Amino acid sequence: MSEITGLIHNRFDSDNVIFTTTDQVINWGRKNSLWFMTFGLACCAIEMMATGASRYDTDRFGVIPRGTPRQSDLMIVAGTVTLKMATRIKRLYEQMAEPKYVISMGSCANNGGPYWRCGYHVLKGVDEVIPVDIYVPGCPPRPEALLEGIMKLQEKIQRDKVLRRKGETVGSLAGATLDGTKDGGR
Amino acid sequence: MASPTQATGGFGWQIEDLDTDEMILNMGPQHPSTHGVLRLELRTDGEVVKAARPHIGYLHRCFEKHAENVDYPGVIPYTDRLDYVASMGNSLGYALAVEKLMGIEVAPYVQTIRVLMAELQRIASHAVAIGTYGMDMGAFTPFLHLLRDREKILDLFEWTSGARLLYNYNWIGGVSYDLPDGFARACRDFLDEFERITHPELMDLLIGNKIFVKRTAEIGVLPIEVGIAYDLTGPNLRGSGASYDLRKDEPYCGYETYDFQVCSGQGRYGPVGSCFERNWVRALEMAESVKIVRQALDRIEKMEHTPVQEKCPKRVKPPKGEVYFRTEAPRGQLGFYVVADGAGVNPYRVRVKSPCFTAMGVFHVLAKGMLIADVVALIGSLDIVLGEIDR
Amino acid sequence: MDFAALHARLAARFGDKLVAVSAEALNPWIVVAPEAIVEVAAAAKDDAAFAFDNLMNLSAVDYPKENPPRIEIVYHLFSYQLRHTLVLKVHVPREQPVVPTVEGVWPAANWHEREVFDLFGVTFTGHSDLRRILLPDDWQGHPLRKDWVDPDFYNGLHVKPPTQMAERVAAGEPLGVGPFDQTPTNRHVE
Repeated sequence: MSEITGLIHNRFDSDNVIFTTTDQVINWGRKNSLWFMTFGLACCAIEMMATGASRYDTDRFGVIPRGTPRQSDLMIVAGTVTLKMATRIKRLYEQMAEPKYVISMGSCANNGGPYWRCGYHVLKGVDEVIPVDIYVPGCPPRPEALLEGIMKLQEKIQRDKVLRRKGETVGSLAGATLDGTKDGGR
Repeated sequence: MASPTQATGGFGWQIEDLDTDEMILNMGPQHPSTHGVLRLELRTDGEVVKAARPHIGYLHRCFEKHAENVDYPGVIPYTDRLDYVASMGNSLGYALAVEKLMGIEVAPYVQTIRVLMAELQRIASHAVAIGTYGMDMGAFTPFLHLLRDREKILDLFEWTSGARLLYNYNWIGGVSYDLPDGFARACRDFLDEFERITHPELMDLLIGNKIFVKRTAEIGVLPIEVGIAYDLTGPNLRGSGASYDLRKDEPYCGYETYDFQVCSGQGRYGPVGSCFERNWVRALEMAESVKIVRQALDRIEKMEHTPVQEKCPKRVKPPKGEVYFRTEAPRGQLGFYVVADGAGVNPYRVRVKSPCFTAMGVFHVLAKGMLIADVVALIGSLDIVLGEIDR
Repeated sequence: MDFAALHARLAARFGDKLVAVSAEALNPWIVVAPEAIVEVAAAAKDDAAFAFDNLMNLSAVDYPKENPPRIEIVYHLFSYQLRHTLVLKVHVPREQPVVPTVEGVWPAANWHEREVFDLFGVTFTGHSDLRRILLPDDWQGHPLRKDWVDPDFYNGLHVKPPTQMAERVAAGEPLGVGPFDQTPTNRHVE
């Protein structure tokens, strides 16, 4: 959270050239080695697999799949989230170590997708249970779209301010509520 | 209405049920090897599985409810998303079922296109199935090779229909787009390369691989009677030696005019009906599908190209009635039970009988006595897609 | 065997248990009384002239507007040996629907019946493990019935579409893609 201060994390009050350069180095390291947890649920999982396969390679971005949340920085929620699955997603998100990011891939994960109207068992958007950084639209999104989403996330990470004390930061839970109900906005 | 706890004794195994050295191991629903969101509860004695209980429903997307609330053509995108690895087959089955209800006969040209697309989709689907199965076993390279060649099929599909994975292609009374110019040549190039390079490579690298054989050839043996009783179909049943294939025995779409063979398990490396045999059937079916696609391409060049949507009705309103229609999808017999009330533009009921649903029903029988690593091999050999099981 | 011969042979054995028949349908069916379905199923499997060793599909359809209102359980049978098909139906009332299980005849019915229980609320007596299969175990209600209404929340998660989308649809805005999205929901329930 934003109140946690580490050895250098969130410690300092003002900007100067040393911190901005250090920030850039730290962010460069974080963005170029995003290991994602394979959270392939449905059809988008096949496109995610295709993105990781030979033609559209994610490995050239430093992105490789890991099976366990403990070793991953990024969770790509690919596919429809059902109500039965929502508690598991929350638990796995909490098991990831910070800094952690979430890409919501596909329209089902964005807001319920084609199942929004009569889907009594479909969660209308994974951001009901976890905070999402990037939304990639499509049904399913092309592998290039997913790669663009990853690149946008890399830009977002690059803009992050790691050392200085501030409010919300990318990659942490600041500002998000995890009790399943959204306050306002919906 | 009975509540769940009333009907049975609880939701899962309890600690009190176990012997002293048994444990309950939970695999999934998020697991790299369960081919989707499947949860397996295994009761194991060390490494040996004593009992297995699959839990599904983590991808239940209410297809049947949606089918009652959109009109007949509007169900087709939802059918695509059932078995999302092989969506040409799903929409074909539904379109044929509604066409049977309405008494529509499509032109031979449209039938040939449908067969062509279905067989290309079969090759792509088996590529994913075998590739991910090899990946479960630890063989990463065949996965990359097969997906690379599957991308070429997806290029052909994208050229024709606009989409890579979920096409909305088979419409009631026709197909959505005609084949583009140059399709036959591009398709033949792909087939030549597939026959010359990819398929021999697959058979050599993975199917004939000693480690793969050792891991799969002795386990998961399914006798034919058990297969029929539990309603396994498709490669799962043919791996046990049966040679029942809907394309030969109850042909649709003109399949009776094509020359191809039905592949069944031969027991080359172990008992017939093992995990290896099911995979063997899939690998051979890819070669048979190539034959069918070649014949379809030859016919398309000779026959008259009628407009592909000329039989599509403006308003799909079948008369009151019901139909159950089965097609041979890559995973087995996909059945559509469509009930029309004759009054509305929406179907009254669409029930999908998915082949993977019944394949999971036999899982607890086959998993007894296996090692946990063999359970992974068993799931992969049944080739399940959770979108179809949970609908 | 064609349908007339199948029906004649079944009627010779079970006579009054066969409540109705429809021979003109695309897949002709026979309606069986609920308490006799296990007998008829066993006969269909064991009799050498029938040899229905495979249950292709077991599903249910809800007819609240028919007279009398009922849920139909539909069994699609197939014989691998003799290559013929048959459709059996059972009519049960919508309140407290109860049918004996055919799991002993065709093991494939196990999961199909669990699904019908889950989505329609039909209780299958004698079933070895009748619990919900697709929906969570603490779900209330049976969604594929025609009078199903989405609840607002399930354990704190929104079930109905988010308010702003539902409001826009109610105001008449054509949300969704293309011309097929104009049909209103739940047309069969007034």
